[in-house]
Order: sequence, then C-alpha cells, then structure tokens
Amino acid sequence: MADKYNAETIITETQKRISNAFDVFDHESNKTVDVREIGTIIRSLGCFPSEAELHDVIAELEEEEPTGFVRYEKFLPTVTKILLERKFRPIPEDLLLQAFEVLDQQKRGHLEPEELTKYLTQEGEPFTQEEMDEMLSAAVDPDKNISFYWQDGHPEKKQNGALTTGWMKWGALIPRQLWQEHLEQP
Amino acid sequence: MGCGTSIAVENQTRPSETDGSIKQPSPALTIKAAILIQRWYRRYVARLEMRRRYTWNIFQSIEYAGEQDQLQLSSFFSFMLDNFTQINGNGPDLISHLLDSVVDPLTEEVRQLKQEQIVVPESYSGPHLSFPLSVTDTNALLCAFKEEQTLHGKYVLQLLYETKKFLKQMPNVIYLSTSYAKEITICGDLHGSLDDLLLIFYKNGLPSAENPYVFNGDFVDRGKKSTEIIIILFAFLLLYPDHMHLNRGNHEDHIMNLRYGFTREVMQKYKTHGREILQVFQDVFSLLPLATVIDNKVLIVHGGISDKTDLDFLSTVERHKVKSALRVPKRSIDDLSVRACSRSSSRHSGRSRLDSPHTSGRTSRASRRRKKHCTKQGSCSSSSSSSSSSSSSMCSPRVSSRNTPRRPPPSPSLPSPTDVLQVPFLDSFVSLEPPEPPREELEWQQVVDILWSDPKNHNGCSLNAFRGGGCYFGPDVTQTLLQKHGLCLLIRSHECKQEGYELCHNGQVITIFSASNYYEEGSNRGAYIKLGPELVPRFFQYQVSRSTRKLTLHQKVRVAEGSALRALKEKLYAHRSELMAAFQQYDIDNTGRISTSEWAQVVESVLRLDLPWRTLRPRLARLGADGNVEYKSCFEDISLGELIPPVTPNLAETLYRYRTDLEIIFNIIDKDHSGQISIEEFRQTWKLFSSHLGVAVNDQAIDDMARSIDFNKDGSIDFNEFLEAFRVVHKLDVKEQQQG
Repeated sequence: MADKYNAETIITETQKRISNAFDVFDHESNKTVDVREIGTIIRSLGCFPSEAELHDVIAELEEEEPTGFVRYEKFLPTVTKILLERKFRPIPEDLLLQAFEVLDQQKRGHLEPEELTKYLTQEGEPFTQEEMDEMLSAAVDPDKNISFYWQDGHPEKKQNGALTTGWMKWGALIPRQLWQEHLEQP
Repeated sequence: MGCGTSIAVENQTRPSETDGSIKQPSPALTIKAAILIQRWYRRYVARLEMRRRYTWNIFQSIEYAGEQDQLQLSSFFSFMLDNFTQINGNGPDLISHLLDSVVDPLTEEVRQLKQEQIVVPESYSGPHLSFPLSVTDTNALLCAFKEEQTLHGKYVLQLLYETKKFLKQMPNVIYLSTSYAKEITICGDLHGSLDDLLLIFYKNGLPSAENPYVFNGDFVDRGKKSTEIIIILFAFLLLYPDHMHLNRGNHEDHIMNLRYGFTREVMQKYKTHGREILQVFQDVFSLLPLATVIDNKVLIVHGGISDKTDLDFLSTVERHKVKSALRVPKRSIDDLSVRACSRSSSRHSGRSRLDSPHTSGRTSRASRRRKKHCTKQGSCSSSSSSSSSSSSSMCSPRVSSRNTPRRPPPSPSLPSPTDVLQVPFLDSFVSLEPPEPPREELEWQQVVDILWSDPKNHNGCSLNAFRGGGCYFGPDVTQTLLQKHGLCLLIRSHECKQEGYELCHNGQVITIFSASNYYEEGSNRGAYIKLGPELVPRFFQYQVSRSTRKLTLHQKVRVAEGSALRALKEKLYAHRSELMAAFQQYDIDNTGRISTSEWAQVVESVLRLDLPWRTLRPRLARLGADGNVEYKSCFEDISLGELIPPVTPNLAETLYRYRTDLEIIFNIIDKDHSGQISIEEFRQTWKLFSSHLGVAVNDQAIDDMARSIDFNKDGSIDFNEFLEAFRVVHKLDVKEQQQG
C-alpha cells in the first residue's frame, strides 16, 4: 500500500494522473495532443488558469516551430510542476459568490440574462458567443428567464463546517454533486 | 427599477444598497468579478469535455472488445463446423445446421414458387407489395413503417428474391457519374435506426432519378428497426436501379447478425417465415457490391483499404462466396500434415485477443503477417509464452513474441516455413503446416480488408488488432492506392464519429456515419455527404432527438456518461473473481484497500480495455480514509437477480459473463425457434462451450441447474427465462428511480 506522504509517490501519482488525462485526448495514440485541447486537459486536472495564464503555458509547451501539436515529453514535466506547485488554484465558493454579487448590485439574488451576457462578453476575458450561449442555456431558468445564483436570497446555514450556499437554483449549471467533486479535487 | 426593501438579501458582508439606487460596481471590481466567473466556468466546461471524451472512449472500447469476442466465438464455430460435426457420437448434430450454407434440396425457382403460394390473411393490415415495384409501393412502405406496422413475410421473401436476382447481375465495383449536374448523396452506417433514415429522407428527399443515393453499408444490427431499413433500401434499389446503390458493410454478414441483433429481430417479427428469410438474407448480403466509384475519382467502401487492395483484382473476386468475413475459406485438414504438441498450461484468465496479450490495439506492428481469423497461421509457441494468453484462444493463432519485430516480415500471403497452425482442442494441440494460400483465401482477404479496415494517422499498414479484422492503413497507403487508380478521394464509414463525419489523411479520407445517438442519446450526430460534379463534398448533419426539450450540454453528458459507466461496471462485475484475485495479491495484509496505482494496473490488465482508469476511478470505486482504494466497492453497485439454487455465485458470474455467447449458441440450437431446447442439448452446449473457454465447471452442477430450470419437468428449458436470471440490476439506478 502506498504511503501517502512519500514525496516520490506523490510525484508518481501526479504524473500518472496527468498521463491518463493526456491519453484521453491523444486520439492517434502517438503521444501528441492538439494544442487547442491543452486548456481542457489542464483544467480537467483541477487547475483554474485564466486565459492569459493558459496562453503562457501553451507558449511553453509548443514546439519552436509550432506544429499545432504538443508532445507528451514536454507536457509531462511542465504540467507536473504546475500541479505540484499548486498553481492556478481552485476558486473558493464564497469568492465566486462574491463575484456574482458584485455584478448584482441590487442584491436581487439573480441576474437577467442580458446583464450576465453584457458582463461576461464584454468584461474580463470575454466569452465567445458560443460559450455565452451554452452558459445561458444551462443557467437560465426557462420559466422566469433569469439566472439565479442565490437561492431565495437566503444563504444556507453552515453545515458540517462548510458554507453551503444557494447553488440549488443554479442546479443545471452547478449541480451539487459536481460542486462536491470539485471540492474533492486535490 | 429600485424597489429596495422587498427584495432584501441578508447576510451581506459588504454594505448593502438600502435606498434602491443602482450603483454601478467599480470597473476594476467588475473586471475582476468577470474574470473570476469566466475562469470558473471554463474550468467547468473543461471537466464536462473530459467526461464526454472518456465516455466516448468507454463506448468505443467496449464496442470493439465485443467485436473481438465475436470473432473468438466465430472462429470456434468455424473450427467445430469444419472438423467435428458430431459431438459425443450419438448426440445431436449441434453445429452443422448452423453456419454453413444450407444444402437446400429445393432449387431457387421451386422456392420462389412456394413463396408465391403463401397466403396473406385477411386480417393483415400492413402494406401489400406488387412486383415490379412502383412509387406507390415505396410510399406504402414508408407510411406503414412510420406507423410501426410490419411487412408480411410473403412480401419480404418476394422482395428478397427479386433483390437477389437483381444483385446477381451487378459487378463488385459500381461506377457512377455525376453527369447532368446531379448531386449524389452518400450515407454511412444506419444500424437499424429508422428514425435517422426517415430524417435523411425528410431533409434530403426520397431517392429518385434526380436524387441518387449511395448507402455505404451497415444497414442492420444494433438498432431495433433493421428489417424496416433493409426493406426500404431494397425496395428503392429495385425501383431505381440506376440511382440507388448499396455497398456491403461488415454487418451484412449472418454471423455478425447472430450476435448484434438482426437475427433476433427477424425471428421475433417473423415467426413463421423467419428462418427462410434469414437464409435468403445470407445470400443477398453476400451479393451486395463491395465498392462504388464516382466519376472515376471518388472511391466509396465501407471499412477501408489495405496495402493489398487492388480494384482490378477486387472486380474479379467471386464476392458471393464470401458469405461471412468471419469464416476463413476452408482448408481441408487432409492437406495439412499433422503434428501433435503437448498442451500448455491453461488458465481461466478470460478472453484472449487474436494478438499478443496486452493490446491497446493501436500500436502498429512491425511485422506484417497476415492474420487469418480462424487459425491457419500461427506459431507453435512454447509453453511459457502461451501461458500468457488465455486458454480460451481455442482457434486463434498465438503470435508469440518471437515473431514480432526482429524477424524480417515474411511475405504476407505466404506463411514462413516455420509457421505452424496451432489448434488446441480438448487435450492436445494439433500442429498443422499450412500450404500456400489458395486464390479463395486471397479473395477473402481483399473483401475483409474492404469491410473491416480503419484509417490511422501513422504511415504503414498493420493488422487491426483492436477490431480483430482488417487493417489499420496510414496516409501513405491511401496515397498509393489513390494514385494507382487515378482517384482523388476515399469515402468510408465503419467508425462512429461525434460530428457524424471526420476527415483524415490530409483530406483524402472522409469517414461518414449516419446513425445519430449511436452509443446513447446525445452521444453523436449523424451526417451525409452531397457530391456534385465538381467533387467537393458538402456535409449535412442532424441528430434525432427523443426528447422535445433541448438538453443542456451537462444533461447530455450526464446521460451518456451514465450509460457508459453502467456498461463498464457490468464488465467489472463479469470479471469479478479474476479482479478480486489480482487485487488480493497486492493486499497482503488483507486491509481491503490498495493504492490507486495498483487498482488501475489490475483493472487494466484484467479487462484489457485501454481507458484512463485513474480519471475514471472516482466513478467506479471508493477511497478509504487513508486515500487508498477500497477495491470491493467496484462491485457494490451491481447485483444479480434471485439466484436459482443450485447456482452458486461463481457459476452465476461465469454464466453472466458469457451470456451473450450462450444466447447465440442457444439460438443456433433452437432450430424451430420455439424458445425451448432440450436438457440434453443444453448440457452438450455447455460442455462444448466450457471446454472452449477452459472454464472448470462441475458437470453435476450444470445438470442440477438444468433440471431446476426445467420448471414443468418436460425435459426442455425455456432459455429466455434462463437468460433472464442472469441479467444484472444496477442498484444505484434503482435507488435513483425510487427517489425520482
């Protein structure tokens, strides 16, 4: 049985996780992946880079003469470092909540789709139309045509020491289970 | 806009706006908030994408593994059929009435006459066909099938006989042209999905002189409406012989049909005439053309090509002789000199592959040895190498590791002098030296390559171990073939693609797949191609949706993933004893836990599915408090139904694992398709099958079981009931259903 605290084991385990994730996107089984999938792979490993940060990583991974593909030999060491150094850490849920609150200045507990669209396609690292459409389709309550992030305006009390926030209404977008999984990630 | 107090939100850590005036957040804060949300959302989407991908991998792996299993079974049958027509002397002739072309005392004409005499009862409310067919008939068929009606067996037979007559005069390769500015529509696999065919006709119009179609194989199996589809396609074929073209696919094969559902479907829908219908289908399928060429520039085949493919040779092949790609042309055993080898140790270690033990199926093999499905080449492996593959490889050639890379690849069609046929059976291996392959075999090889090959992105041509048949062909092979025949494009099907189509080999190969939601609702789109005189393909995609409400990406992924994981869990369950034994080897202190690494290793080596096990682990097994995997938790979700004593859990597991094979065998034995077989037949079947698998099963236990299943004590078993007993229940699903 593995000793969880053994540094070497941690590195090996991490590398195997990376290898697995890489393989899922290695369609031709030749240890290369399309550079456009790098973001997906890294994020699925538990990282939350911004687009800018991601571009930096990709630049590091690409060949001198960009081929459109990234090789595993380069991918592994770079991403191992990222994971072990815990770069691009997950966003704590209360921080995310505050972000929504910032946009919802009236403290209504929800946002109109137009508002959400305006903010997310114009500010920060804007969404493409496709990204926006997908988020809206998942997040907007079809009956009320608004998107909730806060349930009934009442946050749930702290349970088991964790703040269970009003993500229920956000059900389609962040189902509880997914959020839990997200929290489970190392 | 501001009505302040009525929408009060408590517990704000920041000063709340109580007077209702709208204050815009500071720009800096807005940007930060937006970035945060975007970062978070993109990560969420990435996770979804990952799940979608591995779901896809799971489906494909299991599908191809299933096809390999099918080949194992077929090679077993073939061997038995060729060499042993009677088991136990006085026992019933189990296999011989199955697979070989039935020597029918009646001539074609007599059979047709008989069929014409069939009387369609007054009570029949389905469509009536009159030959020669007209548009009225095809319209009637379409309407009827939309209404879920069934065409009467008499008309099916008539249709099939007419189709057979028609196809006999067709060449192997059909040449079309896009003159008169006509666009030709090319469709891929339909696999019994009538909804997809109807959707294509709806979007693109019915076949006609102005609207020619090519259907590229795999019309039947898997889906529930294979009969309807094939009837419609044949009807249009007869109606518009110059404008409707069908290529044969690897599922237009009666042995594949036994396993993948077409046989069952026909027998269920046609209780009286089913058997005859299936026999004619056997012939008709083998008469389907193998390839279509448009404007001498575009080649359309179902699977692909190999470095041996030659259109001129292909044109001369006697295609009707290749009834099934899974039956290698018979070489008489007398031709071969027989040497006996001692039997190596056999282990009940699950299904073997046709290739070396651990195969991801995708690495190219350096040696280019032609693999014959039922044995004729192999190597006399020493006991050490043979013990690494399972004993169930009764008829599969063992490629010992000696034969790969270091030896210079022998000429593919001539076996090297040291190759021997290795055919283990019961107590001894029989080694046979194969002679030069006869023309029949070369022809068979051409056909198999066309129907089973897949394109890959590395150069070269290697055996398609993943599928167990055909080749992987690289861009260089494509290039060579296209150049050789002055072609510019290869269109093929055979592989499910998420978008319904995919290009590869620098755009020289297009895969077109027309069955949407193939693995599961929402798994993929279907597509078809329109090709005009300029020969630039246009793609049209669609997706049949059962639910009227559009599913979000998340919901689609969840449904597909659930289905894939269920299939995977069943596989784990089916190999439970093997897995537990291997797990326990790592768990010396008997704690019930092993590391993730060890868990992944075991599962991969037992199931032999090339999947990202670590990524999947959270879905399949639980972690203990110490972060290690509680390996027993993999099996928690599944339970068998009530076990009939004296069925022990071990026996149950074995029966569960091989239930599909057993079903096929039962169907074969059950000549009159009554759903019943005699206890004696059951016993013999089991004996045969278990020796094939190397499964150690107590004969007495089987006898007891057979007798206990025979509820009415009349000496026969209803095997559908028997098989029902070995269906599994997914406990989590049940729980969900109870809650939902």
